[in-house]
Amino acid sequence: MKKHLSVILTGAVIGIVALALVALGNPANMGICVACFIRDTAGALKLDSATTVQYVRPEIIGIILGSLILSLFRREFKPRGGSSPITRFILGIVVVIGALIFLGCPLRMLLRLGGGDLNALVGLVGFACGVGIGVLALNRGFSLKRAYSQSTLEGAGLPAMSIVLLVIALVFPSLLAFSTEGPGSMHAAVWASLAGGLIVGGMAQRSRFCMAGGIRDELLFKDFHLLWGSVSLLVVVVIGNLLLGKFHLGFNNQPIAHTDGVWNFLGMALVGWGSVLLGGCPLRQTVLSGEGNTDSAITVLGMLVGAALAYNFGLASSAKGVTFNGQIAVGVAALVLIAITLFNLNRKGEKA
Amino acid sequence: MKNVDARGCACPEPVVMTRNALKQDPSSAVILVDNTCAVENITRFAHNSGYQVNVTKDGSEFKLTLKKQ
Repeated sequence: MKKHLSVILTGAVIGIVALALVALGNPANMGICVACFIRDTAGALKLDSATTVQYVRPEIIGIILGSLILSLFRREFKPRGGSSPITRFILGIVVVIGALIFLGCPLRMLLRLGGGDLNALVGLVGFACGVGIGVLALNRGFSLKRAYSQSTLEGAGLPAMSIVLLVIALVFPSLLAFSTEGPGSMHAAVWASLAGGLIVGGMAQRSRFCMAGGIRDELLFKDFHLLWGSVSLLVVVVIGNLLLGKFHLGFNNQPIAHTDGVWNFLGMALVGWGSVLLGGCPLRQTVLSGEGNTDSAITVLGMLVGAALAYNFGLASSAKGVTFNGQIAVGVAALVLIAITLFNLNRKGEKA
Repeated sequence: MKNVDARGCACPEPVVMTRNALKQDPSSAVILVDNTCAVENITRFAHNSGYQVNVTKDGSEFKLTLKKQ
């Protein structure tokens, strides 16, 4: 159990940070959601025109910088990249669209489940199935090819951009858009959010915490190590919500959620499948981008663009349910994943 | 003994490559990787599968020698 301590502790701390951020003003069951918060950031940058989801979420900036600081401290900041960047950009778009169909990344899926939202259980089953498809691909030699060393400047690109964004948000907020209603208007104080992000980013860097990796490693190697982190997160959030009187078991009237099971399942299946092809869930990609991994930085930018597309084309769900365009997008995204999977299988077993 | 070059491969590929190498020759394997995440993951996989692991660092790269216990 001792060897799992770091990842168990990370799961628990993420759970506590998420509960605290909700208490301090973040939307319900959304203490931290990587997909939702990247979406809100896209809104604040006016990449889309959805007025209810505009806010530069300091949590995302904090996660990137927390990972950067800890990786520098641990001498693990290592600029590298070049492993199919455009494919990863597209996968970032697919993953965020899947998450916005469901209304949450894998992290928020567990936060929702921990608040008693059973729609998230349907999402979890879909997520596990998606991870399973990704594992089948890995067993058949799926690879996005090797990454190579990059310059320090290249590796520092996304962390630097996130610092610039933080400065703009603090000093020149009039350049950005901020929601006055809806989820984008609900947020904890900037410093609390930033501190929460720094803690989560640093701890996840240290422990390699990953929601997709947990189920993936269990299916691939019967290795439960990473899964312990997700279990610990869920346990802490359930207990916390019970203590705070915020645990409401059921499908209906859950905060920022819809009850359309088929699309909750399919949305998270896309996220699971895409995350395994990428090598990690949205949180893990964000953390890796802070370690100088430019492939993950490209993925984060893909999620940013994908989130804006999801609102510009009316693909994202809302509490009212899934849109028609969103349903079409799930089909298209599945075809994209099939193509990316099939084109990157190692048929001859070379290099294996 | 199989030699595996997993440098530049994203997790979990180095572990998958290690597993495939051990399927071909279960006695031992030598794996080259270039990040500590892969070192930790392969080491954990090796211990779970009953292998002894010896890690040597060479600049920014690591050589893992796996031997059946």
